[in-house]
Amino acid sequence: MLKTFPKGGVHPPENKLTSSEQIKRLPVPKMVYVPIAQHIGIPAEIVVEAKEKVGIGQVIAKSGAFVSSNIHSPVAGMVTKLDMIVDSSGYKKQCIVIRTDAKNESNFQEVEYPLEKEIELSPKEIMQRISDCGIVGLGGATFPSHVKLNVQDDKKIDCLIINGVECEPYLTADHRLMLEKSQEILMGIKILMYALNIDRAIVGIENNKKDAIALFKKSTASEKGIDVAALQVKYPQGSEKQLIRALLKREVPKNGLPMDVGTIVHNVGTIFAIYEAVQHNRPLMERVVTVTGKKMESPSNYWIKIGTPIKDVIAGAGGLPEGTRKILNGGPMMGKALKNTDVPITKGTSGIVLIADEEADRGETKNCIRCGECVSVCPMGLEPHLLMNLSEKGMFEMAGQEDILTCIECGSCSYVCPSHRPLLDYIRFGKDVTKKLETSKN
Amino acid sequence: MDSIPKIIVSASPHVHSDKTSKKIMYDVVIALVPAFLVSLYVFGLNALIVTAAAIVSCLLFEYLIQKHLLKTNVTISDGSALITGILLAFNLPANLPIWMIVAGSLIAIGVGKLSFGGLGFNIFNPALVGRVFLLVSFPVAMTSWPTAMENTTTLTDAVTGATTLGILKDGLQFGGTIPELSAQLPSNTDLLLGITGGSLGEMSALALLLGGVYLIARKVITWHIPVAVLATMALMTAIFWLADPEHYANPVLHLLSGGAILGAFFMATDLVTSPVTKKGMVIFAIGIGVITVVIRLFGSYPEGISFAILIMNAFVPLINKYFKPRRFGSKIKAKIV
Repeated sequence: MLKTFPKGGVHPPENKLTSSEQIKRLPVPKMVYVPIAQHIGIPAEIVVEAKEKVGIGQVIAKSGAFVSSNIHSPVAGMVTKLDMIVDSSGYKKQCIVIRTDAKNESNFQEVEYPLEKEIELSPKEIMQRISDCGIVGLGGATFPSHVKLNVQDDKKIDCLIINGVECEPYLTADHRLMLEKSQEILMGIKILMYALNIDRAIVGIENNKKDAIALFKKSTASEKGIDVAALQVKYPQGSEKQLIRALLKREVPKNGLPMDVGTIVHNVGTIFAIYEAVQHNRPLMERVVTVTGKKMESPSNYWIKIGTPIKDVIAGAGGLPEGTRKILNGGPMMGKALKNTDVPITKGTSGIVLIADEEADRGETKNCIRCGECVSVCPMGLEPHLLMNLSEKGMFEMAGQEDILTCIECGSCSYVCPSHRPLLDYIRFGKDVTKKLETSKN
Repeated sequence: MDSIPKIIVSASPHVHSDKTSKKIMYDVVIALVPAFLVSLYVFGLNALIVTAAAIVSCLLFEYLIQKHLLKTNVTISDGSALITGILLAFNLPANLPIWMIVAGSLIAIGVGKLSFGGLGFNIFNPALVGRVFLLVSFPVAMTSWPTAMENTTTLTDAVTGATTLGILKDGLQFGGTIPELSAQLPSNTDLLLGITGGSLGEMSALALLLGGVYLIARKVITWHIPVAVLATMALMTAIFWLADPEHYANPVLHLLSGGAILGAFFMATDLVTSPVTKKGMVIFAIGIGVITVVIRLFGSYPEGISFAILIMNAFVPLINKYFKPRRFGSKIKAKIV
């Protein structure tokens, strides 16, 4: 029996068109647009000025608060301006615009470091390096990694969970990374186990990535304390709380953190970035992005520099196919639909998915027939139809009592609703207002 | 961006399952086909006339009321009025005058459904509202059943007879015992296949089960309501039967006769008027089972599942309120090592 979380979840068609596409490189972009808010928490503070020359990996915005993260220049070049541009959220955000120096060779020479197996830094130095190198969670939530690893004194961690689930349809960035960088990821796991002083880690991978499971099982066979668990294919298993429940049968309490049940979860991409940071002092400047869509001629996975405009990415990957109606930053279940392609790739971008005509249509909204489908697929045990009604009618106090704030916005409810009701749209709105009401009360 | 004709920006999720409410409705219609075929076989043309009359008048009333009285969108194509029509017909004797069917349809659609706000807002199962209206208004016509003929060529014969449960009720009332009545009762095989007296859709337990299994397989309904209704009925009738087999019929007869299976699989499971959680569904179903048996054994009607479902429909908002799904993280079972 494959492990999974017990309540709710859906299984959308996977459409993983790119799972056998080796990660490629795109030409270095002429201009990069690096937002200073690429992580959850306080935006970093800009430490460069217009016209200033910057080198690859140079800190251009510094974390000024605890929950914040450094931002590094992904290219060598010159800061042309500090500007406000629309990012994937749809809002204008401050960003640093850098013109790539076409003559600077370091822009074009890919450094392939050898696999480094000795851990030389102390736990404290490791944490410092993760913080310095601007590592954030690459699974999509972009929580600063050093904050996650900062275990409060009264909490005890006994197991590290590595998230190789990648349950979003279409996306294969983590899958490819696991296949191509398994040794580095394994070292990353060891680094974290050493830094956290724990002797147990589990790598959770969904069963639709059998090659990755086999590879990790083989390479961890002789490793003490590191297990690989094959998981049933079910969305949203990549969600931290669901993954912990699936692997450890522990339930993170309401308003609680994984730490409260003795565990920390890191995405495989994050683990790779941590390895690079700790062993090679390499800041987070690029990431793997799946660029895909049913109408694309050759969908694939790419190493992409942070700040690259999505239009450059699409152009490099073969251009925008005819009939594209939706451009998604992220997967189809949780990704954001973009208004245009000037938006840059950030640390949280795991995929660019191009959705064509027929699939882009949301369908006409009909009356709720109270079939209870949304209730049965909600992995958090909520009642989406009720939460939508309460939000629609402005009954936010009651929505709060019905735990609207614990919604993880996985979208399973909207996905299954036979009446095509925009459940999650209303729940998001309700969450916003409820959150504001609660903060104003305190 | 000029090359892109039209970009849609909407919030996630950006994909949808292929389930639609229309597909659900038409799955229910498909599931009712075997039972309809049996009633055609047993009652011939009358079955067709009653069913057609109910469907046409349900659709017509929905159209007229929405278009001219409420001035809202007309939703007759969503399949729900069609189902109401079929289910209403299935609950009627095959020789009911057409004007009564039309009146029942008006009450089902007008009062049972649209007065509450239409599909999704009604509290009571519309078909049952129509049926119970007819039962209390025209009790004689509603309980004069054309007898099922052994010889199917004489189906239009206007002979009337009693239903299985009617024979039981009357027989026991006049001091009879089950063993004495057993000669008049159809065999279990007859009940299973549908050679018995009763409403259109109650004929063959087997045909209804077939449709029910189809609905479960298609994930339109779950097993919880039908199984819990039938299990509750079986358990309760078994207790009485074991205590006094002379005066109480055995559970098999109870399950196979009357509207038990039709009600459990097709009426109690109506999505709109049943609870949303599995826990709630079981509570709701047990309530239906208990009330049905109480009415059958001690009430003045031989059959009680229609009333039982309507009564429990009224409790659904309450059940939904008190039987909520367990919130993730609300009770911490895991121990940290």
